[in-house]
Amino acid sequence: MAVSRGYEIDKYVLEQRFMLVLMLIVLLSFLLFVRIAYLQIVQHDRFEQMSRKNHVDSVPLAPVRGLIVDRNNQILAHNVRVFNLEVLPDKVPDLEKSLRELSHLVELTPEDLEALKKMLESRPSFERQTLMANLTDEQATVFAVNQHRFPGIELKVGLQRDYPFGALTAHIVGYVGRISHDDRKLVNQGGEYDGISHIGKIGLESEYEKILKGSPGHSQVEMNAHGQIVRQIKQDLPSSGQTLHLSLDLMLQKESMDALEGHEGAVVAIEPKTGQVLALASAPTYDPNLFVNGISQAQYSELNTSKLKPLFNRSIYGQYAPGSTIKAFISLVGLEHGFSHERTVLCPGWFSVPNNERRYRCWARSGHGLVDGHSSIEQSCDVYFYDLAFRLGIERLQKGLARFGFGKKTGIDLPSERSGLLPNKQWKQKAHHQPWFPGDTVNSGVGQGYMLMTPVQLASITAVLANRGMAVTPRLLQMTENPVTRQQESTPLAAQENIDLQQVEFYDQVIESMRRVVHGVRGTASSLKTGIRYEMAGKTGTAQVVGIKPDETYDEENTPKELRDHSLFIGFAPLDDPQIAIAVVVEHGGSGGKVAAPIARRLIDYYLLERLKIDVPDHDARPVQET
Amino acid sequence: MTAETKTIFSSLDYPLLSGILLICGLGLITLYSASGEDVDLLIKHSWRLAFAFAAMYIVSLMPISVLSRLSVLVYSAGIVLLVLVLIVGVGKGAQRWINLGILQFQPSEIMKISVPMITVWILTKYPLMPRKITFFLAVLAIAVPCVLVGLQPDLGTALLIAASGAIVFFLSGISWKAILGLLAAGTALAPLIWNLVLYDYQKERILTLFDPWSDPLGTSYHAMQSMIAIGSGGLRGKGWLSGTQSQLEFIPERSTDFIFSVMGEEFGLGGFILLMVIYLMLVVRGAWIGILAEDTYSKLLAGCLSFTFFTYVFVNIGMVSGMLPVVGIPLPLISYGGTSIATLMVGFGILMSISRNIKPQ
Repeated sequence: MAVSRGYEIDKYVLEQRFMLVLMLIVLLSFLLFVRIAYLQIVQHDRFEQMSRKNHVDSVPLAPVRGLIVDRNNQILAHNVRVFNLEVLPDKVPDLEKSLRELSHLVELTPEDLEALKKMLESRPSFERQTLMANLTDEQATVFAVNQHRFPGIELKVGLQRDYPFGALTAHIVGYVGRISHDDRKLVNQGGEYDGISHIGKIGLESEYEKILKGSPGHSQVEMNAHGQIVRQIKQDLPSSGQTLHLSLDLMLQKESMDALEGHEGAVVAIEPKTGQVLALASAPTYDPNLFVNGISQAQYSELNTSKLKPLFNRSIYGQYAPGSTIKAFISLVGLEHGFSHERTVLCPGWFSVPNNERRYRCWARSGHGLVDGHSSIEQSCDVYFYDLAFRLGIERLQKGLARFGFGKKTGIDLPSERSGLLPNKQWKQKAHHQPWFPGDTVNSGVGQGYMLMTPVQLASITAVLANRGMAVTPRLLQMTENPVTRQQESTPLAAQENIDLQQVEFYDQVIESMRRVVHGVRGTASSLKTGIRYEMAGKTGTAQVVGIKPDETYDEENTPKELRDHSLFIGFAPLDDPQIAIAVVVEHGGSGGKVAAPIARRLIDYYLLERLKIDVPDHDARPVQET
Repeated sequence: MTAETKTIFSSLDYPLLSGILLICGLGLITLYSASGEDVDLLIKHSWRLAFAFAAMYIVSLMPISVLSRLSVLVYSAGIVLLVLVLIVGVGKGAQRWINLGILQFQPSEIMKISVPMITVWILTKYPLMPRKITFFLAVLAIAVPCVLVGLQPDLGTALLIAASGAIVFFLSGISWKAILGLLAAGTALAPLIWNLVLYDYQKERILTLFDPWSDPLGTSYHAMQSMIAIGSGGLRGKGWLSGTQSQLEFIPERSTDFIFSVMGEEFGLGGFILLMVIYLMLVVRGAWIGILAEDTYSKLLAGCLSFTFFTYVFVNIGMVSGMLPVVGIPLPLISYGGTSIATLMVGFGILMSISRNIKPQ
């Protein structure tokens, strides 16, 4: 191309502009450099962290909850494999539609559907939720085949707490329940509940939550942009919870529940030497498995409003007037204060305090005649104890009984035990704004009035007698075991305390009296001795539910059931080497000798003869011990 | 090199060629990582590169006068294709592609070369300092394809085409008064364009720039993930094939428009500097060819092609580093995609053709 006329001017203009543009380019390049350097140097740490957060995720690995077994390794609580449906609401395009289709597929009732919707609305939609727990094999199969129709809903295999003996051990083992969203914030502050969905709510499950729970592990995984796990970076495995070995004898527990069949009441059986709880029964009971995945409103209100109160653990929460079962202990307090067993009192059938008209009646309307320490316990003479209590006075009585554990929690390893009530003057003033009347002391002498005991307290003080003064704390947990290393650790023996009396013989005297309750001719539980193959000590109790006016007679047959007396019995056996101390309370059962005592005999028989198989011939034919 | 091969390849400008080869090599290495070690994709890309190199070689052999005349033809054909693409085009969302049976291509790419050429051609009909008639003709020649491409809608490419035209104007010595006037007009028109021309998604992309963390899972997701990738790369980078943002697919479009994020993450600031140095080598060499060229047409065209090339680089890196709105502009010579590379190589072919005509001094 020929050089045009304006070429020189053009060349000048162009070169000038070229330089300008090149300068601009240098400037813009520098700008890019500054920007990239800003991102890669100044902001590097921040982006580095964001990139890590992007692709590294920590997936919690739930530990396996510890097992609970009885003294013979019978499993009381374990974990079973179940199919659950889990939903990540954020990933479900049309939740309403999915739920509707699901309800056809796995047969959900409209109520279930409503409950599900409510549950999902109340929780954040980015959190994984269990939609349905414990699917049947058929439901799981049907869902698996149709999985593609339900994005965001997954079939997961999980472990679910299961109580094979359900109702039988419900009041001991308790149950676990789902951790609510609000609770999770509270309990999971240090991440110790990562991946764990259930927590012990009641019973041993709650008492030993820390031991049972185990600690969660974590798996660090690399995730891609689509949320798929690409590889595992590192993993620390969860450690399983410890196995709880209980002192409970499941067979005796079953026998106890059978014996209580048709009654409302409780049985507590303790090995006196160790305080180990052999049976702890409360009737009626309930199925704890219902609570594991959230009980339905209808089922819960049925249990909760039932007059029979199946959810109420009578063995540790139930508080009853001890009635005549207290007499053995009042005898001991009397002995301590110089009222010997040989002392006699005339029982005309009633007792009255000086300068007072009111007559306190003996259960035997015609009176027992002249009674001493032994016969007063054997025949449960009320007048003897009205008199003794009156002579002791409430101060000495209260202090003396307190030594044995009256009015004090036993310390059994179950949550929320009640302490019963051992009244005194200050308590009455505070609670009833009334002074203490001499009549209150008289009533206390036969375990009536304000005095209250729980069945476990009754069993515990019976063990003190069996041990001739050694108090032990009742315990269910015998030892813990690491399920992996098999390393066992016995629970430290509960604090023991010797309740020393002025003479050791005092215990022997009262125990002899209690032996006569069963083995004596006129014992209130003498019906028990028929065919008995060991010696036992016992005491019946009949606790009034309503006061009987002095001129009224108590007619069991014609009293409505809820007003009938509670039937109580405490006892231990064998006499010379006690293996079992037992307390039986049957609500509105009537007289102690008729209802509670036979239950105790049946259970002691079962435990000594069937479980321990101790070789005891009929005591009448007991051979002289060879030395 | 034998005398014979020297003659065959004498049309090639070796400084330019070596720069291009370096960039393409860097591109192949990055693409291997970005594609998730997809060898098939790499082979496909290599074939396209080979095709583009052939195109460059053929163009470099043509005399500049022939190219100048061809440009009118190509421009006219381009306009027709742009109209066609609006009627029968394919593409997701925007209609950008035309299907020729064996290959799909974007007619807008043709315009990246033919618009500067036609503008230069119009403006050099007379000595520089444009007169009214040439000025308006040139404006029309730029505006028509810009509007057509904008209608697809492919705002990014439309702006780049306009930019290439603007560069020609600036180089041709347009008066500062006129430049200021144009800038003022542009500012005045901006609110109108915002309200009438831009789609909502385009507005969002621009707004995202001011607040990149506003909606991390929505509009700003691309920009954010890309910035995380670059930023986390640091000085030395995470290493080839080791970028977590890249390998775990957090970076969107990482083989194409966002391939720089992969480089930033895996090669760090060092990688960026190396890349920029080679790019600037190409730009400066292109500008140098323009300065050495002996006629106004060649000078103007060489300058325009070189500076437009830089614009692509700047816009792409600015976009992936969160400085500019996300517009679909590939990283020159590196991003996966056939038409873009072919266009660029034709541009380099033209530069080489100009360089061939320079008499040794």
